[in-house]
Amino acid sequence: MASRNNIWANLDWLTISLYVLLVFMGWINIYAAVYNEEHSSILDMSQRYGKQLLWITAAFVLAATLLIFDSKFYVSFAYVFYGATILLLVGILFFGSEVKGARAWFQIGGFAIQPAEFAKFTTALALARFTSSYTFKMENFKSLAGIGGILLLPVALIFLQNDTGSALVFGVFVLVLYREGMSGVVLFLGLLIAIVFIMTLVLDPVTTILVLTLAAFVAYYLFQRSLAESIKGLSIYTAFFGLIWLGNYLLKLGYENTDLLLVSSVLSTAIFTLFAYRKMLKQTLVIPGLYILLVFMTFSVDYVFNEVLEPHQQARINELLGIQSDPLGVGYNVNQSKIAIGSGGFSGKGFLNGTQTKFDFVPEQSTDFIFCTVGEEWGFLGTTTILLLFLALLLRLVVLAERQRSVFSRVYGYSVASILFFHIAINVGMTIGLVPVIGIPLPFFSYGGSSLWSFTILLFIFLRLDASRMEKLSH
Amino acid sequence: MDKFARRKYILGAIFVVIVLIFIIRLFTLQVLDSSYKQYATQNVLRRVINYPARGLIYDRNGKLLVYNKAAYDLLVTPREMAPFDTTQFCEILKIEKAELIDGLNKAKKYSRYKPSVVIKQLSPEGYAVLQEKLFKFPGFFVQSRTLREYPQKIAAHMLGYVGEVDRSAIQKDKYYSQGDYIGVTGLERAYEKELRGRKGVNFFLVDVHNRLKGAYLEGLSDTVAVLGQNLVSTIDSELQRYAEQLMQNKRGAVVAIEPKTGEILSFYSGPSYDPNLLVGRERSANYQILLRDTLKPLTNRAISAAYSPGSTFKTLNALIALQEGVISEYTAVTCNGTASSPIRCTHFHESPIALKGAIRESCNPYFWNTFRATIQKYRKAEDGYNAWRSHVLSFGLGEPLGKEFLGQSSGNIPASSYYDRYFGKNRWNALTVRSLSIGQGEIILTPLQMANLAATIANRGYYIEPHLIRSVSEKEGETHRLAFQRKNTTVAPEHFESVIEGMQQVVDQTNTRYTAHVEGIEICGKTGTIQNPHGSDHSAFIAFAPKDNPQIAIAVFVEFGVWGARHAAPIASLLIEKYLNDSIGSPSRKLLEQRMFDSNLLNPNQPK
Ligand SMILES: [Zn+2]
Repeated sequence: MASRNNIWANLDWLTISLYVLLVFMGWINIYAAVYNEEHSSILDMSQRYGKQLLWITAAFVLAATLLIFDSKFYVSFAYVFYGATILLLVGILFFGSEVKGARAWFQIGGFAIQPAEFAKFTTALALARFTSSYTFKMENFKSLAGIGGILLLPVALIFLQNDTGSALVFGVFVLVLYREGMSGVVLFLGLLIAIVFIMTLVLDPVTTILVLTLAAFVAYYLFQRSLAESIKGLSIYTAFFGLIWLGNYLLKLGYENTDLLLVSSVLSTAIFTLFAYRKMLKQTLVIPGLYILLVFMTFSVDYVFNEVLEPHQQARINELLGIQSDPLGVGYNVNQSKIAIGSGGFSGKGFLNGTQTKFDFVPEQSTDFIFCTVGEEWGFLGTTTILLLFLALLLRLVVLAERQRSVFSRVYGYSVASILFFHIAINVGMTIGLVPVIGIPLPFFSYGGSSLWSFTILLFIFLRLDASRMEKLSH
Repeated sequence: MDKFARRKYILGAIFVVIVLIFIIRLFTLQVLDSSYKQYATQNVLRRVINYPARGLIYDRNGKLLVYNKAAYDLLVTPREMAPFDTTQFCEILKIEKAELIDGLNKAKKYSRYKPSVVIKQLSPEGYAVLQEKLFKFPGFFVQSRTLREYPQKIAAHMLGYVGEVDRSAIQKDKYYSQGDYIGVTGLERAYEKELRGRKGVNFFLVDVHNRLKGAYLEGLSDTVAVLGQNLVSTIDSELQRYAEQLMQNKRGAVVAIEPKTGEILSFYSGPSYDPNLLVGRERSANYQILLRDTLKPLTNRAISAAYSPGSTFKTLNALIALQEGVISEYTAVTCNGTASSPIRCTHFHESPIALKGAIRESCNPYFWNTFRATIQKYRKAEDGYNAWRSHVLSFGLGEPLGKEFLGQSSGNIPASSYYDRYFGKNRWNALTVRSLSIGQGEIILTPLQMANLAATIANRGYYIEPHLIRSVSEKEGETHRLAFQRKNTTVAPEHFESVIEGMQQVVDQTNTRYTAHVEGIEICGKTGTIQNPHGSDHSAFIAFAPKDNPQIAIAVFVEFGVWGARHAAPIASLLIEKYLNDSIGSPSRKLLEQRMFDSNLLNPNQPK
């Protein structure tokens, strides 16, 4: 076929441009984050920006190499790559070296390799291969079990390494499975529970429940298309809460606001359910059901976490969730990060003029908190530009994935988009205090060879598949 | 094409919505809210660690053994520094210019942005003067610390010392960071978690002129320091000081225990040192001197010295033989004095001799015979040995005693496999290991274990895990009494009386009476002389008193102390007398006391 010789022409140069642009901007910000007067040469290999330049060059070579292989190569070797990664993940439990409490690194000479990074693209390949087989059906139990196995094996091994941040990434494959026909209810519930869980940990329970209550009435409005009834319901709820609050206040019963809120939520949900049942609005019963489920989840997470668990257990749960412990006091890291970003203002302080992201204030400023440097030195304009560039990349990947003829390429393409999305959402979310602190890198930006290479591999395998999308891919 | 194709819009929408949420959040953070800008541009955030005072340690009568004094570290953040008058600076602090320049260079090398210590432990006077002039020196600030102080200058080994954390401790426990103090030895280390309390952190805003502008976020992100918990020790500081005086210029150890409670009354390792030496600016110089001292004053002999118990161990061999039923109180053995075989007797006495007499005269042939009978009660020597050994282990020997004594030696009561390796399986018997019968050979006990043996005999068959700390004060006024396990030995209480009679005769009827007998106190004891190929023999003595309802059990070990009665026995008897009577009574005892104060055994070659 002609296309084989012509892959340079068939490559999606828009994606490649976005990639190069993001990598370049990432390097500029690492330079700024580590910059000091004594070492200002960009090639200074004792500094992180010098080393990162080396990683970037290597990543470009790697990308070009990946494009040379035939696209069928990635299909036929999908399971082999996956198997090899699993072996590496098992091996690391015995021979790995520990960095920051996670036994996740292979130390070879002066290099450290983190197999969990590579598990992302090999798992994506294996998943693509599995879902693209002719016998695969989403409703089929065997197929579901296969998907579960492919995803859970690396997750379990990565958990065992104590590298929870990396393990959480695999949850995002839910998006891919949704595109391939998994029930939307699973996605909806998954998102809902994830959001409520994060809200409970980041906000206090009162705010979480207020948000939930409001969301429930909005949902009711969307269901019934009756603004009057929704507002009536909301007023009843508010009146209920007001009455109970007043009673508590006047009689000096001394209950906490959260308790009052819980009581009014339960009572008004009961009344609503009765009302809906009378009116034969059975389908709307989903809303109070979900609502009360999530309210109780909020309470139990909050209660178990703060009342039942001892401080050291809380710390362990935090660790288990990948939320980093904060030895300097409550929210110190996030506060510093917010100050750095907030101080950037609309247009930023200018390149190399940041003060907060230098050495002392923001921790890990060239790895997990690199977005702070963007915020401080380039301001709102810079952060928005970066986010929009990332969004453009993600949407472009969706377009590319949709234009694939083979299921394999489409599934792989969505995997790439979803993995990148997860990293961006968690990493940026944590620096602006919307998500608990989970140590995962910002794609193409964070300092470090392993993460840059793994994102490069992830992306360029897909670009290679896309370049030969007109060929028929067979197993 | 496929029926789920429309779902691409939902996925795309999820991406768009999240990015939108982030952009809105960034808009409020960066554009609408100006407070962050103020924090960052007009002020410098200073993190000041609140080091809580370490817990105090009291003796059993409420007298202070350790307290804290204030000290101040001078820190600098190189980036915030401005040119300043170094001569004036050094004058205020009374330091050499070289020290300041050295400190500044180190700080710059460490980080231009993070604060680091320039001058450690300023004097309170220097601090007072500096405090008023600090505004002239931007970038510098002072952090208060506390240092240990030992008002009584005693019990150095028991208390241990505090030092700066090293890298491995920081990696093991996230609580610590560079420059923190941690208990390195002794009680300071064993009770580190209780003593250290919890650090607090205060965040302050400081303007460019080094002036305090107030608390950051109104103190919302500060954490409060929690004071360390106080410890009440079981030590009697009067007795401890007396032991240190008696043991001066000698190598060895003294451990005294209250038998009923397992509380340690005195715990000394000699030579010792003034614990105040390992505090403050001179600490590392003093540490080097102590480390290089050939007398090894830093070694805690009371728990780590490998001493052979010698004849003091015969008491235990007698108890085991009684329990095994191979002898009775009246079993008599013929002693041929120096002509005895395979072990000679070193004393002249009547023959045949029974148990009490044998303990009194420390008759080697008698204990060889009972030991052989114990081993040969079983068909195989190995079984007999194992039976003997398990009795010995039940006295807390051959393994670490108590959790407080970090770095203690287990002593040595070899397992039968040791002899199997050495002689070959089934190729050894009672005769081969006969030196065990008189407390020599492979047996190794620490002074702590010897004292525990005395306490166990005093209790007629049980001991309470020996310990140095009685209680921990959790909060103001609330003390938590620690519980310690009672351990019963495998020897029944009725077997102890005859051995104790024998021990009383040692103190009342032999030559030991001239140095160990105290009018009005029934002391039971046993001497031991340990042959020393390197010089004078070592001297050991275990004892307890009074015979009925014992109040104190003691082990004294004096290296190069010639024989048991010469140094160990008088020191033990003086300590018992002091503890039970509060003072030394008769003129002859006073004379003995003076002799102990004066005797110097640090040169092993001097004639004794
Ligand atoms: Zn004899």
